[in-house]
Amino acid sequence: MAEAQNIPAGSTTAGAIAVAAESTVATRMSAPPSFDVADFPVPHGREEEWRFTPLARLKGLHDGTAVADGTMKAQIDAPEGVTVESVERGDERIGKAGTPVDRVAAQAFSSFAKATVITVPKETVLGEPIRVALHGEGGTTFGHTVFDVKPFAEAIIVIDHTGDGVRAANVDILVGDGAKVTFVSVQDWDDTAVHTSQHNALVGRDASFKSVVVTFGGDLVRLHPRVTYAGPGGEAEMLGVYFTDAGQHQEHRLLVTHDAPHCKSNVVYKGALQGQDAHAVWIGDVLIEKSAEGTDTYEMNRNLVLTDGARVDSVPNLEIETGEIVGAGHASATGRFDDEQLFYLQARGIPADEARRLVVRGFFAELVQQIGVDDIEERLISKIEAELQGSV
Amino acid sequence: MATLEIHDLHVSVEAENGAREILKGVDLTVKQGETHAIMGPNGSGKSTLAYSLAGHPKYTITSGTVTLDGEDVLEMSVDERARAGVFLAMQYPVEVPGVSVSNFLRTSATAIRGEAPKLRTWVKEVKSAMEQLQMDPAFAERNVNEGFSGGEKKRHEILQLELLKPKIAILDETDSGLDVDALRQVSEGVNRVRATGEVGTLLITHYTRILRYIKPDFVHVFSEGRIAESGGAELADKLEAEGYESYSTKGGATA
Repeated sequence: MAEAQNIPAGSTTAGAIAVAAESTVATRMSAPPSFDVADFPVPHGREEEWRFTPLARLKGLHDGTAVADGTMKAQIDAPEGVTVESVERGDERIGKAGTPVDRVAAQAFSSFAKATVITVPKETVLGEPIRVALHGEGGTTFGHTVFDVKPFAEAIIVIDHTGDGVRAANVDILVGDGAKVTFVSVQDWDDTAVHTSQHNALVGRDASFKSVVVTFGGDLVRLHPRVTYAGPGGEAEMLGVYFTDAGQHQEHRLLVTHDAPHCKSNVVYKGALQGQDAHAVWIGDVLIEKSAEGTDTYEMNRNLVLTDGARVDSVPNLEIETGEIVGAGHASATGRFDDEQLFYLQARGIPADEARRLVVRGFFAELVQQIGVDDIEERLISKIEAELQGSV
Repeated sequence: MATLEIHDLHVSVEAENGAREILKGVDLTVKQGETHAIMGPNGSGKSTLAYSLAGHPKYTITSGTVTLDGEDVLEMSVDERARAGVFLAMQYPVEVPGVSVSNFLRTSATAIRGEAPKLRTWVKEVKSAMEQLQMDPAFAERNVNEGFSGGEKKRHEILQLELLKPKIAILDETDSGLDVDALRQVSEGVNRVRATGEVGTLLITHYTRILRYIKPDFVHVFSEGRIAESGGAELADKLEAEGYESYSTKGGATA
């Protein structure tokens, strides 16, 4: 039997607000955020932020034994007007968007050799996406990338991960005032890869930020997409799609910190799972601080379990420190594609493999359409089809 | 002419303490154009017959045969049976989240007909079938059975019956949970399909109420996993007057 843990949908609106006495988002971490790996104890696996993660499969990223011995082939395609620099760790743009929140992110920060800074100048509207293709050729690598999108610029950024290796990284996305950024991270690794990454977005005044996380591959993928606001009026949309196969561990830990007034956030993650020991973890934290009056936020996670033997842990969490908000809600549900659904569709002449495709396509369709980057949408659909081919 | 022949059908389900036999030798022949009502008390095995014919994996055929025009139905997968012309309107239609009614109907019609229906004629076909069943066009964009009322689910089943045009239609308690208006509209849908003369209908029901709208050619009383008595439409009147009591185990009629 699949263990489909199901947290019932809950919601909080202006009418009924739970005020957190203290920030559990902060207190349940084993150490405060830090750039120094030495500030984090080596996790033993029972800590709140590590309890779902199979530490033994992290290849030493968590306990200091991982050394930078690998090769990551990087190809950066930047449209005209965009600058790409390789900088030393002292560069003031590094780490401005956020601070590592766990030991592997701090390890990545402490271990990278040089950082890449990609800048979109003020008021520049890019016609083509900035594409960063990272292809792992084995071994362990650490990375740090900063996307600095200046005020009123518009950009689509795609980071594409393929190949094999152990990768720990931090990605900073500085979204200038009034800027508009779509940031896509595709995890299309070989099934042996290990990948941890913290995405820090700092959303400027009246800026809009869309994060799209697509995870298919890897033996273990653990990502922290995070958003904070640098001023009022910012909007963040965080979309995620994952397809977790037998033996894979795919973990997405999101945090939106509403620390500025009149900002919006909308989080939608959907995942399908199939095969023995497929494990997906989704942690969705939204924190509305006292200063964040007029906040409007919603987060949702949906999972579709296609076979026995798969497991989902989905934990939405909303903390509210002010009552002066527009709306706040969350929902999480895990459903099974069960024998009765299959029977119903088959009883209408639809063969079993097509029935499964119909259901999975339907499950993802609406979310895929919201991505807004054509080649990513197409690749995603064909990837989903390929995953389903393998399942029948 | 299409003929469904059921001969000495025995069916079991897995229960906690081993297999339990529910159908204990059913014999029945349904020909295209005929309507057979199968009536009986709860637990007599009526629904088991319906689901076994459609191929639900929960039921194990232990002996007997089912053929459609000589073809062995029991050898076919669930979808093969549907494509061969067997249709089951379910008592409890299943929710399929994420799949719209319009997508579902078209996928199903494509599978049954062997080719995708031409879009323009298809849209018209669906629209007029929905109108006749008093279904709101917005229905097509909702997810299959998700949040449907009891009446909406049954109309949706009959909509499929009208669009898929099976050789043998098995209606499993299609009347249950319907108010009088819905019962009439659903019955009219069934009668439109019957009027083509191309479908053999197996109407499974607990109550005689639906037989006021859909006139059967034959009535069979189901009891203790087999047909206890068969007759014409007049048998339904007898059941209306006397109930199923004389067929119960205590009455000894099936012993």
